[in-house]
Amino acid sequence: MNFHAPHIDYAALSPVLALAVGLCAVLLAGVFRPLKRSVPALTLITLATTAGLMIWRWDTPQDLVSGALRIDDLAISISLIAVLTAAFAVLFSIREPAAEQAGKGEYHALLLGSVLGMVLLAQAQNLVTFFVALETLSIPLYILCATNMRREKSLESGLKYLIVGSLGSATLLYGMAFLYGGTGSTDFSGIAQGIAQKGVLGDPLILVGIGMAAVGLAFKTSIAPFHQWTPDVYEGAPSPITSFMAVATKAAAFAVFIRFFDVALAPQASEWQPALAALAAISIVIGNVGALGQDSLKRLLGYSGIAQAGYILGGLVVASEAGINAIVFYLAAYAFMNLAAFAVVIARERETPYGDDIAAVRGLGAERPLLAWPLTISMLGLAGLPATAGFIGKLYLIEALVEGDYTWLAVFIAVGTMISLAYYLRVVAAMWMRPESGAVPAIAGASPEADPIDVEAGRRPYLVVPALLAAAAVVFFGVIPEPLVKFAEHAGASLF
Amino acid sequence: MINSLLWTPLVFGLIGLFLPRRLAGWWATLGTVATLGIAVSLVAGFDSGAPGMQDTVDVNWIPGLGVDYSLGLDGLNVFLVLLTAVLWTAGTAFAAFREQERPHLFFLMMLIGETATLGSFLAQDLLLFVLFFDLMLVPFYFLFGAWGSDREDGTTASAAMLKMIVYTLIGSLLMLVAAIATAIIAADGGHITFSIAELAKHPIGEGSQRWIFWFFAAAFLVKMPAFLLHGWMPDAYRAAPLPALAVFSGVLAKVGAYGFLRVVLPLFPAATVEFQEVILVIALASILYGSVMAFTQTNIRLVAGYSSVAQLGFITAGIFALSADGSDGAILQMVNHGLVVAPLFVIVAILVERSGTEDLREMGGMAMKAPVLAALFLIVTLATLAMPGSANFVGEFYILNGLFDSKIVFAIVAISGVAMSAYYALRLYQRTMHNRKPEELISREINWRDGAVLVPLVLCILGLALYPQLILKRTDPTVASTVAGVSGAEVKGPHVFTFQEYREGKR
Repeated sequence: MNFHAPHIDYAALSPVLALAVGLCAVLLAGVFRPLKRSVPALTLITLATTAGLMIWRWDTPQDLVSGALRIDDLAISISLIAVLTAAFAVLFSIREPAAEQAGKGEYHALLLGSVLGMVLLAQAQNLVTFFVALETLSIPLYILCATNMRREKSLESGLKYLIVGSLGSATLLYGMAFLYGGTGSTDFSGIAQGIAQKGVLGDPLILVGIGMAAVGLAFKTSIAPFHQWTPDVYEGAPSPITSFMAVATKAAAFAVFIRFFDVALAPQASEWQPALAALAAISIVIGNVGALGQDSLKRLLGYSGIAQAGYILGGLVVASEAGINAIVFYLAAYAFMNLAAFAVVIARERETPYGDDIAAVRGLGAERPLLAWPLTISMLGLAGLPATAGFIGKLYLIEALVEGDYTWLAVFIAVGTMISLAYYLRVVAAMWMRPESGAVPAIAGASPEADPIDVEAGRRPYLVVPALLAAAAVVFFGVIPEPLVKFAEHAGASLF
Repeated sequence: MINSLLWTPLVFGLIGLFLPRRLAGWWATLGTVATLGIAVSLVAGFDSGAPGMQDTVDVNWIPGLGVDYSLGLDGLNVFLVLLTAVLWTAGTAFAAFREQERPHLFFLMMLIGETATLGSFLAQDLLLFVLFFDLMLVPFYFLFGAWGSDREDGTTASAAMLKMIVYTLIGSLLMLVAAIATAIIAADGGHITFSIAELAKHPIGEGSQRWIFWFFAAAFLVKMPAFLLHGWMPDAYRAAPLPALAVFSGVLAKVGAYGFLRVVLPLFPAATVEFQEVILVIALASILYGSVMAFTQTNIRLVAGYSSVAQLGFITAGIFALSADGSDGAILQMVNHGLVVAPLFVIVAILVERSGTEDLREMGGMAMKAPVLAALFLIVTLATLAMPGSANFVGEFYILNGLFDSKIVFAIVAISGVAMSAYYALRLYQRTMHNRKPEELISREINWRDGAVLVPLVLCILGLALYPQLILKRTDPTVASTVAGVSGAEVKGPHVFTFQEYREGKR
């Protein structure tokens, strides 16, 4: 039997290769004491190289490795969001106790490993690469969540994420097996053909397979009712890792969500649309209601992330080019809004004894305006108020939904947004207004094993500058959204 | 020109951040004066005979979504723009005369508020309108929340603001969905546009109009606020700092009424006719409820607040008379009410400073030592109760005239509102100015600073009383064509009656 090795286009694979090489270099640099200090810089260089190579491949879509991967503008745009988030996470990790405890080299190498998984996942169009990429993304994150080894919550978070994440992966894998059994192919296009012959409802194997795959992906994107892990894991994980997870994982998982549903299953859209629409609606309600009573900012952002995932899923439901554009736009906007918020949360976490409790930002407007503004803009943006990218993102999503005859889901987004104001504005009020009546918790969130306080954290440029940059981007793309719209349109056009 | 009108306040606000604290207020006042100057020159150059847009700006903003940055000035908004500029100048100057905490931020928010409000009056793109409409809320959220006062019963300013924001955004977020739905239904698979003029040319199907009408109406009725949707008003009014409240009550409430004229009537004519009576019932309920509440309130801010509810009910009734007279009167009355309610709140602020209380029962006797203040207040009061001779009288007359033509039963009920306004306005005046003076009250004449704010506003009231045609002449052509689009049956053929023809009885 002859085996023909697939043709490998190294130029198109170069972003992936750069990441892999950089990962090894970072890991090795961490081993040698003199090089240890250069680890964050090396990580940033790797990320920058990857981003550069991807921008080089912009607008030249092609299949790679016998069609296992496909590098197109959707993959690149999602990967760029992931890389950008990782770069921010590296900055946030400077002086992060977790990074010191875990070993700088290992910590950053794991981060790069996760990015590698995301870049692959965004390109995957074959069940096998899909799964391998998903695990490459997830396993480093399980470890990273537990890197703050002195804090019980961090360990708990890592374990929880491992168990729930593995459950999600197993469900997904099981579903893939059914799909393969039902259609006889692992390629998305082959699956599409197989289903076209039998129809979704014609073969229970396929139906079960699609259902389980959707559940597995819903776990990863923290869509209700598969979201229970999110607040706990977000709260326990070291904050830089939380910021990375909240944005990049969601972006990458949505990329493959798009490819799987809008390419492989596109002809049967009318059959799966109602199910996903229901999931989106549930997420919007559960996320927004769940966030209402949260005092921990990280939990609040976790629940808000569930709700936002519901909004984004709306773009997928309509299975149209406008929907994908809306998803990519919203993901980019979401990245900036969340990064601005996390930069401030991290700064206050290190600066005050309150941890990530809302008390940590009380009076921030007078005390540290340079931190208060980014968090304010981020909250207003997440709440979808005008002159922020969040407003344009919602506009985009709602327009796609109404066009795709899912006006009721658009109304759900509007209703969800109203509920969300209650908790987003609570944070804003804590920063700028007199405290609500009721006693301030003495020291919430702090425990004996708490990390040392760095009273200057709120002035450190590696936190303040990213916060300001991200917030500026939120406002900029809220006023002049055209560049980001073009970016998103490229992504959508690559599939249709 | 129109661009500089819109952005001047914001630019001044941002520059003001870098000035020393004590200059922040003066700089902001200068910004509002500059804006006022531009607004006045726009009004002066306004061609009073022509309906339709004059002085427009139209740029593709987000071509991918069909959203344009499109502004325009016509008979509907020209005086509301002027009103905005006038009241903001007064409110900002009044605040600048007083010590403010964190002045940079306060005046920045004031000026952002002015830009946003001007934007919602000027926007000719449905989505741009929604955007500015929502944006108006943000600066006032900060102004009321951070500079507002907490109540003794434990209701904090930030809690009151949360209530206000949730109430008003419930309306405006649904409006966002409705706006997008309107454009997409109208495009019918073709190129999407949000241009109000384009959308008005081909109104969407009646079935869609029905639900979309209510999404818009909810947003506008909350903003006014109308009866049943006014739940946020008492808390917000009691918490708000008075200079900000003066512009809020004077202008922002009018944006809701203006929205009906600008968006609802042209875009959803069938639904407007269908739900005319429902809205009229809400309007009358607002008149009655607002008046009765204004009789009984003891908090001086709430008297003014509830009287606004009643006045806005009147304005809504005028618009939904669906006749040129009614809408002419409504626009005139919007300007009138803005011009009386802002000085009213300025006077309230002065009274509260003097007496240290907001309770009407603990005030009185101010007129003895402060005859100038009392005289100014008397003019404002008489204008509020629509004394014949005031522009408010003309406005109410037009509204009632329009209403009599179309819905006589509603007109008869609405008349009671005129009588009731006399009661609450005079009660407010007597309780504060006459009666026995409480011992702790400091009664003295207003100083030149407060006079500088109040006198020009009162002069505006007097000027308009002498010459209400200033407004009517310029608004009527546009109003007539807007209303004709709805009640096409009333105006036969393509000819639209101008105000003059109408007056001469050619109809």
